Amino acid sequence: MIRKWKAIAPLLLAATALALVSPASAQTPPNILVVGQIAEPASLDPQVSTAANDFRIAVNIYDGLVRNKPGTLDIEPALATDWTISDDGLEYTFTLRPDVTFHDGTPFNADAVKFNFDRMLREDHPFYSTGPFPLAFFFSSVKSVDVIDDLTVKFTLNEPYAPFMSNLASPTGLIVSPAAVEQYGKDFGRHPVGTGPFKFEEWQSNTSVIASRNDAYWDGAPALEAVIFRPITDANTRVAEMLSGGIDVLLETPPDNIAQFRDDANYQVVEAVGPHVWYVMLNAKDGPFADKRVRQAVNYAVNKESLVTDVLQGTADVSAGPIPPAFNWAYNETVQPYPYDPEKAKALLAEAGAEGAKLTFLVTEGGSGMLDPVPMGTAIQADLAAVGLDVEIKTYEWNTFLSEVNPGLEGKGDMAEMAWMTSDPDTLPFLTLRTEAWPDKGGFNSSYYSNPEVDALLDKARLSTDPAERGDLYKQVQTITHEDAPWLFVANWKQNAVVTSAVGDFELQPDFSLILRDVTKQ
Amino acid sequence: MTAYIGKRLLAAIPVILGLSIIVFLVMKLIPGDPAQALLGSYATPDNVERINRALGLDRSWPEQYVIWIGNLLHGDFGRSYILNRPVLDEVLERFGATLILAGASLLICSVLGILAGIASAVRQFGWTDRIVTFFVLIGISMPAFFLGLVFILFFAVQWRLLPASGMYAVYGGGDLLDLLRHLILPAGTLAIVATGVVARLTRAAMLEVLRQDFIRTARAKGLSENVVIYRHAFRAALVSVIPVLGIQAGFVLGGAVYIETVFQWPGLGQMLVKAVSTRDLLLVQGGVLVAATVYVLVNLLADVAQAMLDPRLKA
Repeated sequence: MIRKWKAIAPLLLAATALALVSPASAQTPPNILVVGQIAEPASLDPQVSTAANDFRIAVNIYDGLVRNKPGTLDIEPALATDWTISDDGLEYTFTLRPDVTFHDGTPFNADAVKFNFDRMLREDHPFYSTGPFPLAFFFSSVKSVDVIDDLTVKFTLNEPYAPFMSNLASPTGLIVSPAAVEQYGKDFGRHPVGTGPFKFEEWQSNTSVIASRNDAYWDGAPALEAVIFRPITDANTRVAEMLSGGIDVLLETPPDNIAQFRDDANYQVVEAVGPHVWYVMLNAKDGPFADKRVRQAVNYAVNKESLVTDVLQGTADVSAGPIPPAFNWAYNETVQPYPYDPEKAKALLAEAGAEGAKLTFLVTEGGSGMLDPVPMGTAIQADLAAVGLDVEIKTYEWNTFLSEVNPGLEGKGDMAEMAWMTSDPDTLPFLTLRTEAWPDKGGFNSSYYSNPEVDALLDKARLSTDPAERGDLYKQVQTITHEDAPWLFVANWKQNAVVTSAVGDFELQPDFSLILRDVTKQ
Repeated sequence: MTAYIGKRLLAAIPVILGLSIIVFLVMKLIPGDPAQALLGSYATPDNVERINRALGLDRSWPEQYVIWIGNLLHGDFGRSYILNRPVLDEVLERFGATLILAGASLLICSVLGILAGIASAVRQFGWTDRIVTFFVLIGISMPAFFLGLVFILFFAVQWRLLPASGMYAVYGGGDLLDLLRHLILPAGTLAIVATGVVARLTRAAMLEVLRQDFIRTARAKGLSENVVIYRHAFRAALVSVIPVLGIQAGFVLGGAVYIETVFQWPGLGQMLVKAVSTRDLLLVQGGVLVAATVYVLVNLLADVAQAMLDPRLKA
């Protein structure tokens, strides 16, 4: 008996092994797009969530009143077909698209719009408790939302606020179904209902979020039958899934893997600029950087070209100032990045008497939009050493880093890495470069830059509703800040994605969202 | 025996309570808070205060802790700040996944480790012993996350035999076969280090037993070598191997943290890593509580099994 077992056991084992490792499931199904996301979504309630990772799903399930025209940051109609802005810039009246229904069958109308903004902004709203709504301050200038008739809604602001329209086009402005919020309460974020091109079907925790085609979509039903979002946190594993055929779309490819996909005809590498700025803030209050010449010197001393090509493998462009070129209407083409010129840097340092200065540099290990912060910090340290500056790096985990840097650099360090992604050119300079935005006044100007001229320009730009005039004001801001050098300007990230050759019409958007309504798959 | 188990279970209560206080304090003492993690770059003092108020984090520390314990006694683990979902739902789902992964690798490392240990002890310094020792040393020295990536590279990317990550296929699949296919690589990787440890200790325990008088007696009685090794020597060696398996269970649970990250296994370890970095206190508490309880129970089980095998410990 035993002898017989000994003969059969290896056969059984081999058969089981063969059954388990049959390579059948290596391909994704036709006309269903599988997207490799960077993390498990936190919430699919667009007003509750704050993560770009969640918004990539949300923008396919919901619509806003307005949206960014594909490939640009220009506003175009979405759930609102038309709008008027009063001359004083205080009243925005929207005409809503007729005959639109939410995926749960309830009608989209002015009451739904009012419900959405009241839920987020009014503490006495019955569903305010379904929050918190961390980004509600995008709309803090809204005094009231009034229903004029079924398809007309009026927003009244406390003061003119130019970024209002771009904030409406941001994910926080997406419109959710009031009936579904009433039904699911705090759990709405796991049962999302919108008006978008895809209907939410199922969320299997830590495995997938599945959304299917909305055949009744007002902007034409999408070609894809369904989209599956898979969270794959580890970047190497995400790449392996792409190579083994487990996903069709790979987001945020590590710089080192881009070339491999570029050389392979089975894949397409897609890139797009985005409103992203990576910089090193320079403490203008105490220490050597209080002298403008020292700040300019480090801008000359660091080889940004080498940072973006060697460290970031071409996944970013050299940046020239605080406003990224993705905001083309507000970007000043005449302001060029500081050239790499170590001799000039040494001369400026000598002039300022800062040769051989000791500097403390706060570096983070990772974090939203921070790219490759440790290698970048080290490369910058080496470039500064070459002009005689003695830089000591202190490394922190991301949330610890933020709680070190946000209250201000005074007494802690001379320079700190930082990155921002924003939906309007106002956001970053307004929160980080004004005198009124010093940390003690509740802003993020942690390096204490102050120039009354810049303050005045930024205040004025926020009140102007004429895009041409606003653009001109931001261009002036860039000229002045380039000369003042409050930061070491380093890079603007180009987002990237890899898709298989079966995927068609895939584009990345400058607002970092992932629009799948026009995508096809063979 | 029942009294002994009861006593051990009672003794676990202060351990777990103390642990929850330590976790609470550590989470409070490290800089950063959930509001900051939620707001990221937008964490102005105003915004942070608004979010903290909404989450009930504006209360004093002792107050927060007492509220948490109070709710816990009513079976309410609270709501994750970041995931917007009840902690218990998330933890139980995750725990199920970890249990499958850790259970499978514990099984693999016990069976393989014990067999390898016996094989090398029986012929000490023979070629089997040398080969086993060689592989055991490689297994012990290899960082598991690296080994995991190498496995993915060969089995999923190169040969396309097994899925690279996840627990179930996202389309089709969902059955036991699908689960096993996804389980092989992570469970195998996780088991390799533990197998090495079990093999080393089994070998040592066996060598010690084999030198004892009763083995010589057994051989002298003319019993076959198989009976001597498996019925007499191994049974005696098992007494010192079982507690090691208990400790390995803890190791496997801990090792799951990075294996789960590499293989995108939706388990407790991966959840805890994310929860700590986003300062999601209630989720960390829930996860640690469950992991600690399991650890205590597994070790209790090992002790009971040992006592049953070794009459000297029964008292």
